[in-house]
Amino acid sequence: MYVSPNLNKSENLTIAVTGLNANDNPGPGLAVIRALRAGFGENLRIIGLAYETLEPAIYLRDQVDKTYRIPYPTAGTDALRERIKQIQEIEKIDVLIPNFDAELYNFIKIEPDLLQMGIHSFLPSHQQLAQRDKVNLRRFGVEHGFNIPADEVVFTALEIDAIANNFGFPLMVKGKFYEAHTTLNIADAHKAFHKLHAKWGLPIILQKFIKGTEINIAGLGDGKGNAISVIPMRKLYITDKGKAWAGITIEDEKLITLAKDFVKATNWKGGFELEIMREENGDLFIMEVNPRFPAWVYLTVAAGQNQPKALVDLALGKATDEMNTYKAGKMFIRYAWDNIVDVEEFQKLSAFGEL
Amino acid sequence: MKLKANIATSENGFIFNPATGDSFTSNAIAAEILGYMKSGESEMEIKKKILEHYDVELNQLERDWDDYMLQLKEANLLDL
Repeated sequence: MYVSPNLNKSENLTIAVTGLNANDNPGPGLAVIRALRAGFGENLRIIGLAYETLEPAIYLRDQVDKTYRIPYPTAGTDALRERIKQIQEIEKIDVLIPNFDAELYNFIKIEPDLLQMGIHSFLPSHQQLAQRDKVNLRRFGVEHGFNIPADEVVFTALEIDAIANNFGFPLMVKGKFYEAHTTLNIADAHKAFHKLHAKWGLPIILQKFIKGTEINIAGLGDGKGNAISVIPMRKLYITDKGKAWAGITIEDEKLITLAKDFVKATNWKGGFELEIMREENGDLFIMEVNPRFPAWVYLTVAAGQNQPKALVDLALGKATDEMNTYKAGKMFIRYAWDNIVDVEEFQKLSAFGEL
Repeated sequence: MKLKANIATSENGFIFNPATGDSFTSNAIAAEILGYMKSGESEMEIKKKILEHYDVELNQLERDWDDYMLQLKEANLLDL
């Protein structure tokens, strides 16, 4: 399904978006862009901000008007600020939407500088970001009365055996930023620990396994305790990386209430995703809180609530009412598509850092 | 036995539970029974209609009915 863009908008907007890696573990950038195009129509210019030259959405020229490479988060805030400043001198960006967990810390830090440059954003605070961090999530749940699976944060493989004995198997082994492995025995758990350590660094989180139905909720908080939009989605097809390749919107007051309670407890500002496990008895466990829109966020548009558009309105200080109705039974089915690109385009981005 | 209020059914036997995202397909007679249940008809009334319209013995109908209701219950579609 395609939601027709709103062509009646006369205002010109330039919006910069990261997370263009539309691969098998997709960043949300392309879905956010698609939602913005549906919401703002033809007077919208999209600036892609990419870390790597092979992020697929860079080359979707009908979606992304221009792309600039930006420094990796490890390069620090000075490098990021300087690069955005260079880009802003050319592009006059109105709103910037970061879509990666790992880059958020830096973007939040330079938020006042961005505003001085004329770039609006709508981001959680560092405190909010830390509260929902995998490392702190259990404590957050205990404080606010949310069900969170028991977990232990570990820094060495020596700690695994005792915790595994306590939690039993299957045992979830999770990376600091991304990736989770369901392990079935001690050897599996050690292997997953070393793999995640090498990829994402320390600590690693060992989490008690919860059996149930996987549900994700995409939401938008206004920073004052109100949930502007909440859309629950049940995963129908899950990849070997645990990502939803197909999903369907569902209606369940308990899920809506849970998301609203989360926003109220944190005064969450910006987009977010709650990863939920619903046990057979109906109990809801928050498995993870992602501090940005999910890669399936275009489904919120199809269901009747355009969350990325609402975020832009909030960033620009426009009054945005809570959206309370949506259509259950809207499905997304992701697909892979080979986009053909001339090497000159790839070369241009590689050599000059822009395309 | 009542279907949950929000269960969506179609004439061709497709059943969708919007609370869970589960969907099912059913054969023609099962779809017909679902239609009766959705319009609020009682178990007695539905059975009477089935006996009138189909060549089936009461004993057989009772057995099939119990089996079907068990399936609907397991699929979390009944308001218990």
